[in-house]
Amino acid sequence: MWNYEKRLQYPVNITTPNAKLAQFIMSQYGGPDGEIGASMRYLSQRFTMPNRTSMAVLNDIGTEELAHLEMVSTIVHQLTRDLTMEEIENSGLGPYYIDHTVGVWPQAAGGVPFNACEFQSKGDPITDLFENLAAEQKARSTYDNILRVVRNIPEVADPIRFLRAREVVHFQRFGEALRSIQEQLDANNFYAFNPSFDNPCKASCAPEAR
Amino acid sequence: MMKNQTSKRRCLLQQINEVSFAVNDILLYLDTHPDDEKALAFFEDVSDRRNQLLAEYAKDYGPLTVDTASKTCETSWKWSQQPFPWEREGA
Repeated sequence: MWNYEKRLQYPVNITTPNAKLAQFIMSQYGGPDGEIGASMRYLSQRFTMPNRTSMAVLNDIGTEELAHLEMVSTIVHQLTRDLTMEEIENSGLGPYYIDHTVGVWPQAAGGVPFNACEFQSKGDPITDLFENLAAEQKARSTYDNILRVVRNIPEVADPIRFLRAREVVHFQRFGEALRSIQEQLDANNFYAFNPSFDNPCKASCAPEAR
Repeated sequence: MMKNQTSKRRCLLQQINEVSFAVNDILLYLDTHPDDEKALAFFEDVSDRRNQLLAEYAKDYGPLTVDTASKTCETSWKWSQQPFPWEREGA
């Protein structure tokens, strides 16, 4: 269950529209390493985590990703607000405009629509947490790519830097969640069984598995 | 007068954003370090501060959360008419 807060996690106030940048940055909304994929990945995976620590990490980071999704879509909205037809036609945003006007819709920078294949929920906590570590790095790389493009536009670069920094923190927390699971397994063979399937979730309710 | 009021509101919102970020970040840390006493004390501190500021904001400008919507003491429903965070600043 969630409650909404009527504010962004980090403020976004873009005064100058820019159609080309909007098309680049929308990838972090609905692209392969974007924030929709991130939130859906963690909020889906959390159900089969074998201990409370990793359930909490997935739950709370998945929740924060929803706030990031809102920030990225705000950036896209503010970059496309007040565009002239000339700017739309000359920027490469034309095909998007034909289908969506300047409504916010999840697609990658190259136009590929968002789909659930952008993330995995494998039901094996070691597999899932390694995916998440990689996902945070991929998102960080994408933000680095965006930052090279927006380096001279502080009102865009500033919230992008905030989002990039959060990827690094989440990577750290996922590493700790992974370790909390490995410490409850046989160090000689972490892969002897799937702790969420072969020895299911009773563990999560035992106090020593907290 | 109007301008002064707007900048006071922005200033309070900025404080709420900052303290909420502290709550958010320490919460993730505590998920994997549940017995860290220093972090627990920090959480308590910033969480109290956040609740105070949210109540203050609701009283002066309207609610940012549904839990503070009852503190606005108004005769009409302020929640829906509060600006959404993607709107033009100062609109």
